[in-house]
Amino acid sequence: MKAVWLTAAALGLAVGMGDVATAFAQKSGGTLRIYHRDTPASASLHEEATVSTQLPFMAIYNNLVIYDQQKKTNSLETIVPDLASSWSLDDTKTKLTFKLVDGVKWHDGKPFTSEDVKCTFEMLQGKSKNRLRKNPRAIWFRNLKEVTTKGPLEVTFNLEKPQGAFIALLASGYTPIYPCHVSAADMRTKPVGTGPFKFAEFRGNEVIRLTKNPDYFKKGLPHLDGIEMRIIDNRSTRILAFQAGEFDMTFSQDITIPLLKDMVKQAPKAICETKPQYVHRNLIVNREAAPFDNPKVRTAMALAIERKAFVDILTEGKGDIGGAMLPLPEGGWGMPPEELAKMTGYTGDVAKNRAEGRKIMEGLGYSASNPLKVKIATRNIAIYRDPAVILIDQLKQIHMEGELEVVDTPLWHAKVARKDYQVGMNLTGVAVDDPDANLVENYACKSERNYTNYCNPEVEKLIEQQSTISDVNERKKVVWKIEQVLNDDLARPVIYHDRAATCWWPHVKGFVGHENSIYNNWRFEYVWLDK
Amino acid sequence: MGAYMIRRFLLMILTLFGMSVLIFVMLRIVPGNIVDILFDSAGMVNPDDKKRLEEELGLDKPIVQQYVTWITSMMKGDFGYSYVSEKPALDEILPRIPVTAKLAALALFFSVLFGVPLGVISAVRQNTSLDYFLRVVSLSGLSLPSFWLGLLILMAFVQYTGWIPIYSDQPRGFWHELWLLSIPAAAVGFRASALIMRLTRSSMLEVLRQDYIRTARAKGATKQSVNYDHALRNAVLPVVTIIGIEAAFLIGGLIVTETVFNIPGVARFLVEAIRWRDYPIVQSLVMLIAVVTVVVNFLVDMAYVVLDPRIKYES
Repeated sequence: MKAVWLTAAALGLAVGMGDVATAFAQKSGGTLRIYHRDTPASASLHEEATVSTQLPFMAIYNNLVIYDQQKKTNSLETIVPDLASSWSLDDTKTKLTFKLVDGVKWHDGKPFTSEDVKCTFEMLQGKSKNRLRKNPRAIWFRNLKEVTTKGPLEVTFNLEKPQGAFIALLASGYTPIYPCHVSAADMRTKPVGTGPFKFAEFRGNEVIRLTKNPDYFKKGLPHLDGIEMRIIDNRSTRILAFQAGEFDMTFSQDITIPLLKDMVKQAPKAICETKPQYVHRNLIVNREAAPFDNPKVRTAMALAIERKAFVDILTEGKGDIGGAMLPLPEGGWGMPPEELAKMTGYTGDVAKNRAEGRKIMEGLGYSASNPLKVKIATRNIAIYRDPAVILIDQLKQIHMEGELEVVDTPLWHAKVARKDYQVGMNLTGVAVDDPDANLVENYACKSERNYTNYCNPEVEKLIEQQSTISDVNERKKVVWKIEQVLNDDLARPVIYHDRAATCWWPHVKGFVGHENSIYNNWRFEYVWLDK
Repeated sequence: MGAYMIRRFLLMILTLFGMSVLIFVMLRIVPGNIVDILFDSAGMVNPDDKKRLEEELGLDKPIVQQYVTWITSMMKGDFGYSYVSEKPALDEILPRIPVTAKLAALALFFSVLFGVPLGVISAVRQNTSLDYFLRVVSLSGLSLPSFWLGLLILMAFVQYTGWIPIYSDQPRGFWHELWLLSIPAAAVGFRASALIMRLTRSSMLEVLRQDYIRTARAKGATKQSVNYDHALRNAVLPVVTIIGIEAAFLIGGLIVTETVFNIPGVARFLVEAIRWRDYPIVQSLVMLIAVVTVVVNFLVDMAYVVLDPRIKYES
């Protein structure tokens, strides 16, 4: 694993040197104009869990390491240096030491030191007086014992036990380093970073502006003078505005598959890349409330679901079928067809599956004339409602009569946490394509974002086990075993993974969209305008 | 008169107090609060963190205490801080008011400018092809939702000019702003102008059949004079009433129009603030609107006495 990291560091340096070599071909200046879909709750990346915050504010910050902004895939092999110039792991594989870049300054002129790294992670662990209002990814760092410093330019992460993918979490856009001297409250409204762009303005419902950091420690970067993001709630308006050339780039994956056809027709010169969102549609089932506390009912449900129908109807066949981890080919941990085939409800004759499901339900006393009445709760947003409606139709096949219960969107998580639902249609976004992020965040017993409170000791044990395995193929076997258990438990069973497009005009150069995450590629330091 | 004014003033204070209670209670009846929404954006629920945030924002206190704190602070000129932007509420509200005020005034201006003359023309040319055409136009105005019309206008601009008339940047000057506001004002004013036109037409038709109009024609008054000096002056009273009512309804139309044309006005901001349950913003904004409305009504009532000596409030 040490070799893998050293290779990653070497690759990162090579990429960096390559950039210097080609920098002469790039034009400096200009403001990148992107439209934003809504007003972010705050500018504090550590407090939010949405691309609405990530896209406009990631460029303000730096991480210790980062997923290469010029490569399409996020993996251990594509992690490159950022505020850290190099890193190494000790023989016990529990001490990860970073050497920091010298001479880096915060946007307010104060020097960046190892103390800032320590402060950031103590804040995430809840050890700091500087408290975050919300800390959605605290669970990511549950294996972190402490962060120690050795002088201003060296920092060591002391882990409880070996965790090969720990560095993958540090490379996420969600893991920026915050300054010690700025309060968590100020970071929500007037963020200070070391990144290529400085915070200039954030007016709710109107605009977010970033300006070039002339003292950026990566020489020659960024190329842009600034980034301006106008907030336009209405999707039709903002797409028309892009087509009219008012913007250089759309918001991340704002163009759905049905809209893409129109975009290609109206703006044939625009470059549109369709990629997985790693935001999957899934079911949540209240396993504590009758009759869903009965595993037989849950199995019958699993047998009723025809995933292909969802994909065909809602994504015109472009979506992907898989488990909790992003499916192949983009996903690093997706299950091959032979593994998927082992999962209940994923393969076989749909009619036969449903007949089996009906038989189970009939065994429990339900029939066409006496169906199980169930409320399908979901948010009052089209991307939630549409699959819920299809689900209701499919459940009819096993004597379940569904009724759609739409919930005002701000109340959704609170309602789920109260267990005030029977069955729900839900969406889950994943920031890092690694089981230590996805499975831990969504299925570990004490995770903040495991809001269904699913807790299975077997899954917990397997999650711990896979985290310590350094061999990728061996780790995959455990991960797929976890997928199997999650499916059998009907713990947020995944219906399908969606795809959507991000578009930009040909004069936007140097932007690379990541294929297996929408949360990590908004640094914009290599982006330039060929105007 | 003096006693009436004092009575009227006290009534105004009572109305404002009632409004403040109403808006305060109604906001809290709506399920969910800002804490739910902030946590929703993080896709998480942590009861301890939520409780702490509720304490931080003062939402854990009894509702009466929250109300007293709010109303006393407001009377001291402290309108509180936005829960979302963490900026003073007034700093968020005040810059947005002129934008909406200009848009509303322009929309009303368009609706009167087109509605009244076209209504008159439609009435005096009753049952001609021009009348039929104008009636179809007015019916369309009443039938087309303003957001749909707005989108059609935007699509037409993009298709035929390659330019989109939205607020994508601050206007560069008075004429640029007027131009940017004219298009949405026309979209939102179209419905109001259609209503005014139909009402003017029917009112004019009724007046044109009156004996005094026949007399005016008989004595040789010009067509222009009969239609505008004699008929319109008498037909316009119900039209003026409806213009007043439409002005009040305009705010509803502006919410959609500001959204479609991306105008950073107060109407869209109010809806967003309600969505976020941003109590200080919603309460301050609604109270500002209420104060303006009540004060204007009070002044109008006072003006009646001056303008029409037949009105005797004392009796």
